[in-house]
Amino acid sequence: MKVYLCIGVMTLVTYLIRVIPLTVFHKKIENRYIRSFLYYVPYTCLTAMTFPAILYATKSMASALAGVAAAVAFAFRGKSLVTVAAAACLAVFVTELVL
Amino acid sequence: MRKQEIQQGFKDGVPIALGYFSVSFSFGIMAAGGGLSVFQAALTSLTNMTSAGQFAGLQIMVAGGALLELAVTQLIINLRYALMSLSLSQKLSKEVTMWQRLVIAFANTDEIFAVAMSHEKDLSFPYIVSLQVLPILGWTGGTACGAAAGNLLPSSVNSALSVALYGMFLAVVIPAAKKARPVLFAVILAALLSCLLYYVPLFSGITAGMSIILCTIAASAAGAVLFPIPEEGGEK
Repeated sequence: MKVYLCIGVMTLVTYLIRVIPLTVFHKKIENRYIRSFLYYVPYTCLTAMTFPAILYATKSMASALAGVAAAVAFAFRGKSLVTVAAAACLAVFVTELVL
Repeated sequence: MRKQEIQQGFKDGVPIALGYFSVSFSFGIMAAGGGLSVFQAALTSLTNMTSAGQFAGLQIMVAGGALLELAVTQLIINLRYALMSLSLSQKLSKEVTMWQRLVIAFANTDEIFAVAMSHEKDLSFPYIVSLQVLPILGWTGGTACGAAAGNLLPSSVNSALSVALYGMFLAVVIPAAKKARPVLFAVILAALLSCLLYYVPLFSGITAGMSIILCTIAASAAGAVLFPIPEEGGEK
């Protein structure tokens, strides 16, 4: 039952974030620092979730590092989300095969 | 006219749906690995439609975190959607009613938002809804398949697929950091803080969810204070 409660809480919070600016409060945020803070949030948050967790996601840290390297290289060249994700998976798979 | 909008919406949704299917497949594997049933995993994806938020939420659920921790984590991680909804509301056609806004808000994801904003006309309700349908199916279906197949796949495949979501995160972060030094600064700070909280024994009491919140707030605040983004000039 706890699982459904958790899913419910996640759904409610996420929906409220999306729906309030679209309905009640659709004025523009003027404060420069709040706008800047929100601008950085997606990047810092994704990074904090990725490191160091990705190092322990696979069977060995060596394959995880190979995955990171592949993802960074492909992302640096501006490849699409799917391509970068696939490259990371492939790098992990090959590394574990070789080692 | 209306039919055209609907066709265009579905067409624009196909690439998003394909990408979502593959990435949510790995979320499904992780959810099953964390003890969620196929139904619970798919329900999470169907009702949330977020990658980062669900992923962090799953970590907290698996760790047996408190509901408040879960709620605060979702609030911080998904706060960016408030900005996107705000921008989206500026681009909606005048005919979009209140209840239609309530529907549109549900699946305003990063990718759907990006595609919607690049649509050349004002956004009609039929267009947005048809744009959202396939990605919702792809995200939910991929999760269900991942959760169901996770146990059947060889462990080497599971191990490889478990970095898919992180790969997608990096695909979002790296190009932005390459383009703007302040973003590079903020994400390096976030990574360092996250590692600090993870490895230093003093902070071992800090849960995964709390760590994400603290790192996100600290690094974003540092970025905002040191490198505030330029004021928008000349726009309405």
